[in-house]
Amino acid sequence: MASFSIFDISGSAMSAQSVRLNTVASNMANVDVVSPTPEGAYRAKQPVFQAVLDSMGQNMGQNTGKVPVRVTEIRESKAEPMQEYAPSHPQANAEGYIYRSNVNVVEQMADMMSASRNYQTNVDVLNTVKRLMLSTLRLGQQ
Amino acid sequence: MRLSIDNHFGIHDDALKLRSQRMELMASNLANADTPGYKARDIDFRAALSEAQSAQGVNLRVTHSRHMPVADGVLGAEVKYRVPTQPSLDGNTVDPQLENAAFAENAARYEATMSFLNSRITGLRSVLRGE
Repeated sequence: MASFSIFDISGSAMSAQSVRLNTVASNMANVDVVSPTPEGAYRAKQPVFQAVLDSMGQNMGQNTGKVPVRVTEIRESKAEPMQEYAPSHPQANAEGYIYRSNVNVVEQMADMMSASRNYQTNVDVLNTVKRLMLSTLRLGQQ
Repeated sequence: MRLSIDNHFGIHDDALKLRSQRMELMASNLANADTPGYKARDIDFRAALSEAQSAQGVNLRVTHSRHMPVADGVLGAEVKYRVPTQPSLDGNTVDPQLENAAFAENAARYEATMSFLNSRITGLRSVLRGE
């Protein structure tokens, strides 16, 4: 039956959202990493989501509507690392500067909320579909 | 009068197929709620059901190795794009609340169709048993 593809669709979304949660966790963990050079500073990572179009359905000129999602790549934020004058810091460079990561904590928290809500929604979809599939299999058995 | 099992189930077997197709669409929409550029899709259930009713018994035979098989002889409904109420800047038109509500509604109607089918099967069984 066709509905089995929902398990693939919702499963792909759950794995994509968990990649997103992982990147948020990495960013939050490295928020206080300090470097003596701007190149060495930690930069926030973000996953790029892409819809996976059903190639066979597209070839037949038919829009099947089954669209799982995947993470194509993980990009680094282009924001500049924060420069700070702290000559007493053990990692300060010759001019007395340190470079802090460009992670925006508030942004990361909002991203985490969005990812976990979406993950939950997909779990709910999966549970509902599973229940319906099982009762479809029992159709006519009383 | 002849008893045809196809007619006995009436509209409900087509309805069940379309409900499961619609469920797939809602699941795709919810899965891509955060995908940039994704456009939410849905089917016009009324039009699809009346089309499925009128086009009964379309059986496409595969006579060549390069032919594509069509499952069950019933073609899926035409998928349309939802008119966005508030599209976001990244081009995504999925409204998670709306899709969630549509998914729940569709699931409830799927169950309703199944209980109709169940009662038809029970009726058919009691006729066959002749008790």
